[in-house]
Amino acid sequence: MSFPWANHYAPKHPVMQWIDDRLPLPRLVYNAVGAGYPVPRNLNYFWNFGVLAGAALAIQIITGVVLAMHYAANGDIAFASVEHIMRDVNSGWMLRYAHANGASFFFIVVYLHIFRGLFYGSYKAPREMVWLLGLVIFLLMMATAFMGYVLPWGQMSFWGAKVITGLFGAIPLVGEPIQTWLLGGFAPDNAALNRFFSLHYLLPFVIAAVVILHIWALHIPGSSNPTGIDVKGPQDTVPFHPYYTAKDGFGLGVFLIIFAIMLFFAPNYLGHPDNYIAANPLSTPAHIVPEWYFWPFYAILRAFTVDFILPAKLWGVLAMFSAILLLFFLPWLDKSPVRSGNYRPTFKMFFWILVLDVLVLGYCGGAPAEEPYVMISQLAAAYYFAHFLIILPIISRIERPLPLPGSITEAVLAKHGEVAGDAQAVAAE
Amino acid sequence: MVRPIGALVGLGFAFVLLFSLVVGAVNFIKEPPAATAEHEFHLHPKPLALASNGPLGRFDRQQLQRGFQVYKEVCAACHSLKYVSFRDLHEVGFTEAEVKAIAKQWAIEVPSVNPDTGEPATRKAEAADKFPTPYPNEVAARAANNNALPPDLSLMTKARHDGAAYVHSLLTGYQDQPAELLKKFPDSKTGTGLHYNPYFANLNIAMPPPLVADGQVTYADGTPATVDQMAQDVSAFLVWTAEPKLESRHRTGVAVVIFLLIATGLAFMAYRNVWSGIKH
Amino acid sequence: MATLEQVQPTDVPEGEGVRRRDFINVAAVSFAGVGAVAVALPLINQMNPSADVLALASIEVDVSKIAEGQAIKTIFRKQPLFIRHLTAKEIAEANAVPVDSLRDPQTLAERTKAGKEQWLITMGVCTHLGCVPLGAGEGENRGEFGGYFCPCHGSHYDTAARIRKGPAPKNLQVPEYAFKSDTVVQIG
Repeated sequence: MSFPWANHYAPKHPVMQWIDDRLPLPRLVYNAVGAGYPVPRNLNYFWNFGVLAGAALAIQIITGVVLAMHYAANGDIAFASVEHIMRDVNSGWMLRYAHANGASFFFIVVYLHIFRGLFYGSYKAPREMVWLLGLVIFLLMMATAFMGYVLPWGQMSFWGAKVITGLFGAIPLVGEPIQTWLLGGFAPDNAALNRFFSLHYLLPFVIAAVVILHIWALHIPGSSNPTGIDVKGPQDTVPFHPYYTAKDGFGLGVFLIIFAIMLFFAPNYLGHPDNYIAANPLSTPAHIVPEWYFWPFYAILRAFTVDFILPAKLWGVLAMFSAILLLFFLPWLDKSPVRSGNYRPTFKMFFWILVLDVLVLGYCGGAPAEEPYVMISQLAAAYYFAHFLIILPIISRIERPLPLPGSITEAVLAKHGEVAGDAQAVAAE
Repeated sequence: MVRPIGALVGLGFAFVLLFSLVVGAVNFIKEPPAATAEHEFHLHPKPLALASNGPLGRFDRQQLQRGFQVYKEVCAACHSLKYVSFRDLHEVGFTEAEVKAIAKQWAIEVPSVNPDTGEPATRKAEAADKFPTPYPNEVAARAANNNALPPDLSLMTKARHDGAAYVHSLLTGYQDQPAELLKKFPDSKTGTGLHYNPYFANLNIAMPPPLVADGQVTYADGTPATVDQMAQDVSAFLVWTAEPKLESRHRTGVAVVIFLLIATGLAFMAYRNVWSGIKH
Repeated sequence: MATLEQVQPTDVPEGEGVRRRDFINVAAVSFAGVGAVAVALPLINQMNPSADVLALASIEVDVSKIAEGQAIKTIFRKQPLFIRHLTAKEIAEANAVPVDSLRDPQTLAERTKAGKEQWLITMGVCTHLGCVPLGAGEGENRGEFGGYFCPCHGSHYDTAARIRKGPAPKNLQVPEYAFKSDTVVQIG
């Protein structure tokens, strides 16, 4: 949009012309994800995950709307209605497994999307708003996923609802009234189940709306790229369609293959057996864990074991929310003018430590609350905060970046100069 | 302002975490967590090879029918199967007429209402009915079973890690409490009304050994009904009750993955076509 | 449009190569289309009746307490069912009607079991638009032909529950049933 050499929409068919004159929707699509959006020519496969996240959202909304036709949000029959879907509804098992695994795959692609942004400095000026809206989407996703997990009303659903709303109980003074208000009672029951269902149905559409803002904000400066340097001219870009539609089509195929393998051959691998036991308010499962995508944050929550001025529980809750909220300040914490981690050797090293750190946190979050997992998660959580709040601001000051290429085209040609004789090798990506 | 405040917050969290770590470590050294009998004597289930295992698994219908017989003659007295319907048995290989007969002859009747008086009554089960529960409610179930609740078995193999193997190991795992355990944990003697079983999470299960003797059921297909065979068969049956659509899931999965592989191969070639001549 | 110039590389010969590439692009898009249709099928089919709804439940009814001339309403597969004990006069009335003159020609004998002509068992669903006709309950309007009357759009059924007047196209449907004894009938 903001590139003067972008293709202009010229309707080929009189019907499109007629529509475009009255409602320029074809033009909007053309400029957003069509040939009218110039994109850097050097994007690697990590840039596929935005479109894949959109696809995952679509899968969730479509399967979710369909499942809602059969699900009953009432504590007495919710669990049985899910079994009804699994056993009696035509293709119901497929729809439910697609929705349950679709949530996991949504998080997988969104996490990869976030880490791509972290490595390539996509949060930096002039794309701060893209980053902030992305974080809003992430928060909404977490809320949606949590409430969705409650709906089958299994043991993990029930106790997850109890534990997570219990976090709000850690807030001094108003905590308990807030918890009671959230649940509409003193423990999760029909009131909670019904409102969670209502919000679980609503929020994905809010997410879709914020996704539109996210894409809109992206189109103001245009997409970033693996070198992190700005587009200098027409030779640096290709039109989104057909170049990136083709690439995203291939990426979507690979995504769907992995998704289908999970859905059809290991549909319960990412779930927890306890959620196939109907909710029982009188018996807590031996080992309560949230879904895997919350494990890093759950590890941070549990890492605080000692009262220090504030109660340990409150520290845990504050830290868990801070772990996400601090990402909102990232554009102002990392002031290095160089975006891409490829040209920041020190940053790159710490980036990979962070990746490892989050994986360790995830592992500990899924493990029982025993030693040595608690101690490891304490170290890992400390590193997590230190990384964003102390290390990044310091390296962004003292680091000496590698020399940047003159332009995207120059970087591309230099890369192909090295891979002599096989200029089109896909492996070079 | 963001960075100084951020650094303070970061230092604060890191300090409290490291403080927690030190306190935790000191406690760990001072009072190492005591070993428990569950921790040392609990066993993971023995591997169980079933026809339904693996990505292409299919049910062995003969085995499912034998397993159903074990459920009917042994388990059904206490354990419900409340998410499964009689009509579902058709998929196990019983004919419609056999299914009707099984429902009609089921020992437990379905709750209904006396049409004349409105009093609670029972009627014979029909193919369209779900398996009736042996106890009207949880209180009755506990009262009849020494305060232990026999869980519903419909989803048992999905509600435990390693479900089918777990059921099989549990059913064949009853034994006397090892002397070594009692020596090490004298307080952990199996209580009255409980039975030692190393495959059960806390080692002591309230369910008495259900399969006690070879030939406890008489299989119509002539398979020798050893305890192990009966345990395997009922485990296979419970895989089916928990996931009756397993076969269509596997079949659909193969078709979908083959389709996607071809489609993705084409998409890759199309992608290469579109980009041919553009260095990137 | 510098980028588009690069799309047409000069070293690739026109003709065969280009056609082959077009073919692959078309094939890839076609496959995506086929996949989308294949996905749509289960999404549509899930709205069809589920297995528990299709499962044919049957009910048993004791008819011994229905006096001559009386009828009862009960529920069969989530729909109203009428069981009517016809009087000899009603049977005669029904048999007196020339079958050829009927909109949906059927005799009373065809609509009842042999030897049990006094038991008229029909669905209580008007064949016009599905309302429940009156006439089964005590004191309800039985219409001009002494059978059932649907108040929604004025369909009159006779004592064999055959459509005689009004917009309904068919007689009230007779479900599958069998007498298990003189007094107990199994429906479905």
